[in-house]
Amino acid sequence: MAQVNTVKPAQAAAPRPAARRHLSDRRIVQLFIFPTIILLILMNIFPLIYSLFLSFNEYSVISADAPRWIGIENYADILSDAQFWHNFGVTGTYALISVALQTVVGFGLAMLLRTKFTGSGVVTTLILVPMMLSPIVVATFWKLILNPSYGIFNYVFGFLTLLVPTIIGVIVVALLWGTLPKQLGEQRANIGRIALLILIPVVAHLVWRFVLSQEGTYGDFFTQVTYRETAPEWLGEPALAMWAIIIVDVWMWSPFVMLLCLAGLSAIPEYLYEAAAIDRAGGWFQFRRITLPQVMPLLLIAVLFRTIEAFKQFDLVMGLTGGGPGDVTETVSVQLYQLAFQGQFDTGKSSALAYIVLVVIIAVSNLYIRALNRAREG
Amino acid sequence: MLKKLLLVTLLLVMVTGVSVSAQDGAITELNIWWAEWDPANYLQQIGNDYEAATGIKVNVVQTPWGSYFDRVATEWAAQGSAFDMVVGDSQWLGQAVTEGHYVDMTSFLNDNGITETVTPATLQYYGEYPADSGSYYAYPTEGDANGWAYRRDLFEDADNMAAFEAAYGRPLAVPTTWDELRDVAEFFTRPDDGLYGIGVYTQIDYDGITMGFQNPFFAYGGNWYDEDYNTLGVVNSEGAVGALEMYRDLYSFAPPGTNNAFFAEMNDVFTNGQAAMIMNYFAFFPALANPNINPYAADTGYFSMPSGPDGERYAALGGQGISINNYVDDARKQASMDFIQWFATEEVQLRWAQLGGYTCNIAVLESPEFLEVAPYNAAFAETMTFVKDFSNIPEFGQLLEVAQRYLHAYVVGGEGTAQDALDNMAAEMDGILVEAGYVTE
Repeated sequence: MAQVNTVKPAQAAAPRPAARRHLSDRRIVQLFIFPTIILLILMNIFPLIYSLFLSFNEYSVISADAPRWIGIENYADILSDAQFWHNFGVTGTYALISVALQTVVGFGLAMLLRTKFTGSGVVTTLILVPMMLSPIVVATFWKLILNPSYGIFNYVFGFLTLLVPTIIGVIVVALLWGTLPKQLGEQRANIGRIALLILIPVVAHLVWRFVLSQEGTYGDFFTQVTYRETAPEWLGEPALAMWAIIIVDVWMWSPFVMLLCLAGLSAIPEYLYEAAAIDRAGGWFQFRRITLPQVMPLLLIAVLFRTIEAFKQFDLVMGLTGGGPGDVTETVSVQLYQLAFQGQFDTGKSSALAYIVLVVIIAVSNLYIRALNRAREG
Repeated sequence: MLKKLLLVTLLLVMVTGVSVSAQDGAITELNIWWAEWDPANYLQQIGNDYEAATGIKVNVVQTPWGSYFDRVATEWAAQGSAFDMVVGDSQWLGQAVTEGHYVDMTSFLNDNGITETVTPATLQYYGEYPADSGSYYAYPTEGDANGWAYRRDLFEDADNMAAFEAAYGRPLAVPTTWDELRDVAEFFTRPDDGLYGIGVYTQIDYDGITMGFQNPFFAYGGNWYDEDYNTLGVVNSEGAVGALEMYRDLYSFAPPGTNNAFFAEMNDVFTNGQAAMIMNYFAFFPALANPNINPYAADTGYFSMPSGPDGERYAALGGQGISINNYVDDARKQASMDFIQWFATEEVQLRWAQLGGYTCNIAVLESPEFLEVAPYNAAFAETMTFVKDFSNIPEFGQLLEVAQRYLHAYVVGGEGTAQDALDNMAAEMDGILVEAGYVTE
């Protein structure tokens, strides 16, 4: 009441212009909100409802013919089409592997960057760069990077396949390091150490190559990328094309998961760890009982966003493989694009397909949200 | 009150102005839509000549290839008049005609003798719908088809010639059959030297691999359907299977990384010295004749499609014809016809060819001026006599998607056999044509 009393004399002292005199606070609020609501209805709600209507019609947006009601025929056609189930399988596989890897890599990076060190701000910013790039730019660059003739990826990957045996070799050397003086004498020990440093990685590498060359030992993927005469065509071979897209997606979006996890990790109160340390809790116990439960809500949000995006994946696939070879990497979104545009312009059926994708995404999101609520309550 | 008066006055002035300009009737500007590429720039220069001759300004509005059809189709759906003429793909014809987007130009082209001035194949594929109906909806504007570029320095190298003759028992020369082409491709495939025999279309995004495959497909006796729209036994005929096996063979001699390659990638692998021969549309050969782009420009030769087992030669058609928008008023339709009539004259067609456009005018194609103006023109003129196109019925988009998927899976992905790929393709295409009512079950 006191507030009303103080306002009234001021209004009396400076009367408003005639047109605005009758505007109540509620009216002003409505005036501000109405444009947004109108835009929302025009840009979102109307297309949503109209596309739902179109999904029950035979209609092409480039045709002069009016929509013709055909009931659920579009939905029936799609759900009985083997191509749809293939593409749905491709999308599901891609989403599952890609989001899982992004979660592991993103969470791992967040754990590494959790402790501040000199230059950690710069490192964090640099790690975040990929997710700031346009997917088409990323796809174009990665096409060059993955090119079997001049792309750098095969060189780096080849180096990694050398790195594994080298690490094995170094571990063996480290284990033998201290025992050498006893076996060879103090003077010969250094020569023995140098010989081991050279020989063991080479031998380990040869053994590694031999193991991988055994067809079927590690499946098509490992044999195709590690032991072959010609450089792998990451985007042109059925066994590799999906992995290529997953690698690029993980490179691009793990930083997003890292960012959310980092926010979660920095919000964990230090006293929880101090209390655990007083109780002599080990590192693994602290991680399992403190870190993971505390960061879980944000991690689940990251996973939810990434899963929704993965189900809608279009630009990286189109930019890298175009859905090929054949239809090996053809996601539902690529199929939707082909149906809606690309000379077909089947607006009715593509609307139905879009609604099927929407229902799947809502269902998956609901599962995540339930898990999220459980994590929050727990 | 004063504000209202001013507003009403302003509106009246605008309405009066619009009605005056509309009643005026004189067409001062014509808008042509085309894709964004060099020939569109050449057409703009032709348009500038037209403006100088008649005072009517011609605007060639260019849209990137990727969104060109979408933009035109959206305008069709709105029955809009944003363009007077459109230079459209031959594949659009069926849809544009059956849905009434194009003006019937039959009388106009016949009465003015324009149909007699262009090669029959180009008139048939760029302008006629339905096939063999004698009804025309476009004037063949940018003739184009697939041809080949090759490295003359490699072909004329003495060591290569001797080695080839020793290996294949015949002299190394420009291939005249698909089998010879395969041998030459195999011969020049030397991964250790970073050299590969051939570059072929493999693009999956739109129509690349289908366009490339059509060259041996037609030459080996294959077809997309017969006169009754039957695909079974036609798409998957014995000859078609042989053609697909040949195409995959050729791909095995292609530079690594060309698994989703179209015209840009073809020129790339040629100019960076990776390929001894490449397939491409003639429209992209001017770049190869330019020493600033192609370091081998002086040593680059061109040849037309080789023949199949029975001596048949076909080249997959590219290019476009110019059509008139049915949704502009009669005065603009007439002005558009006047432009096309002027554009179709031999004099303007020669100028069109000199600028870099690929004319379909018979007299110009046979003229020494045309044949000598560019190193690839002789091969182009020869090719224009045996071109053949993909389907142009309204369902072409659905048929194309099926073709792309199966061809890419077999050629690039190495999945299954050629027979399986074509059997499945024929069955799916048959389903589409049955559903569309072309074939009764």
